[in-house]
Amino acid sequence: MDRLIELLPLLWDAALETLYVATAALLFGGALGLVLGMALYATRAGSLFANPVVFGILNVIVNTFRPIPFIILLLAIQPVARGIGLPGIGVPFAIFAITIASLFAISRIVEQNLLTVRPGVIEAARAAGASRSRILFRLVPREALGPLILGYTFVVVALVDMTAIAGVVAAGGLGEFAINYGSKQFNPWVTWSAVLVIVVIVQLVQFLGNGLARRVLRR
Amino acid sequence: MSFIRLTSATKTYPPQTKGAAPVVALDDVSLEIAAGEVCGVIGYSGAGKSTLLRLLNALETPTAGTVEIDGADITRFGERQLRRLRADIGMIFQQFNLFDSRTVAGNVAYPLEVAGRPRDEIRHRVAELLDFVGLTARARAYPEQLSGGQKQRVGIARALATNPRILLADEATSALDPDTTQEVLGLLRRINRELGVTIVLITHEMEVIRSLADRVVVMEHGRVIETGPVFDILSAPQHPATARFVASVIDDVPRGDELAALRARHDGRIVTLNVTEAAAQADVFAALSAHGVRFEVVHGGINDIAGQVFGHLTLAVTGDEDAVASALVAASVYAPLIEEDTRG
Repeated sequence: MDRLIELLPLLWDAALETLYVATAALLFGGALGLVLGMALYATRAGSLFANPVVFGILNVIVNTFRPIPFIILLLAIQPVARGIGLPGIGVPFAIFAITIASLFAISRIVEQNLLTVRPGVIEAARAAGASRSRILFRLVPREALGPLILGYTFVVVALVDMTAIAGVVAAGGLGEFAINYGSKQFNPWVTWSAVLVIVVIVQLVQFLGNGLARRVLRR
Repeated sequence: MSFIRLTSATKTYPPQTKGAAPVVALDDVSLEIAAGEVCGVIGYSGAGKSTLLRLLNALETPTAGTVEIDGADITRFGERQLRRLRADIGMIFQQFNLFDSRTVAGNVAYPLEVAGRPRDEIRHRVAELLDFVGLTARARAYPEQLSGGQKQRVGIARALATNPRILLADEATSALDPDTTQEVLGLLRRINRELGVTIVLITHEMEVIRSLADRVVVMEHGRVIETGPVFDILSAPQHPATARFVASVIDDVPRGDELAALRARHDGRIVTLNVTEAAAQADVFAALSAHGVRFEVVHGGINDIAGQVFGHLTLAVTGDEDAVASALVAASVYAPLIEEDTRG
């Protein structure tokens, strides 16, 4: 316990680092995932810009990368990061790796949530004279906003998880804190303190996401 | 010149499974609808009426044939022309298809925003439309706070926003209860009479056709099997499928078990009198009385269809056998009488 009190400033820094990495990855992965998800949604059979070839290619790409366990992907893309001039360890690399890993998962979540918009609603918009791109970019995301917020909330929780795993490549944050000061020094109190902070972060995010979605869905 | 004209319109969809025959949704349909008319298309599900309706605002394009609106072949229209066309054709739906993220006023404003109308004009027009459908008080409500009938009225206001000349109604009352159905049908009647909007509606309910349409088109298996004024189709359906639809609203002739039950309860001869505007029922009854026979009305009904009288009355006629026979001969001068035992 004394050791834990001594480490409290480090724990605080680690928590901030985790938030920083998760937020950065959410911005990049969230934006790229939104684009890819909308592309999947728009090109699937019967949709606004149905295109079996484009959909097939995107679908295979997503299905290829999404199931790779993050710990393996993290190590496997180290050479890629170095190839484009990024270091293979540390915070920037962690953000890069989490962005790549999350973008495919996010694209599926976006696609599925956009699919909750009933085809009849899209038909009504077309009958009202709206162009297909207007419907895709303005109406559909607005109609699916509630589920999208819940989907992104779910994603943030996964991002915090990935941020912790990235501790193994010296990405800082609560993961590295737990490994270096807890696990490696046989101090379960320290490890559990990291767990506790992560639980608090996740609860806060979930609370905010639920509240926001409730406002949008008006219930 | 007719306002809406389909010429040999055919729509086939690629087969669901490889190697199967393509699905024919519409098979060589030709149809003309006049401006200001209410045209009702009736058929069972899968008859092709939904596809037919969507050809008119080009949500579907025909595989072959042409679709003309006001003289222009819309199958040749580009996306930009189609968007302008759709501002001139409103559409309402069975499931209302309102935008959940928008208020009542926001839903009604949508077609106007899409058409790029100025903000002030939109506000003014939305207020006018909500007043027309009687929903001014609910302008700020969201769709989930409305009843089915209110939702459909929002749908109607939205469809009318850009002052269209044509309104397409896709089973617009099928999800509503009987009272609300009447309310929505009344509103559609006003739109046709007061605003002069041409209405094309599809339904599987003959009651909707009977209370609203001027002309009916009966469809089966992607084809038009019968078409004509509502009174003609209801009073004398030619096709068996049409007769089944008619029987759902006009069931005034005893058939099968009903006839057997009548036969068991009544002596004498059972005849059905065809009641029309031209028939002189009073003379029929006078002729029967003059021959000293007794008669009793045992089945039937008289309907008012599109302002015309139509129906059947089934009579049990009893008395001396010869007197009954001559009474029936005398009475049949004034109106057609059908002997129930000889009905096929």
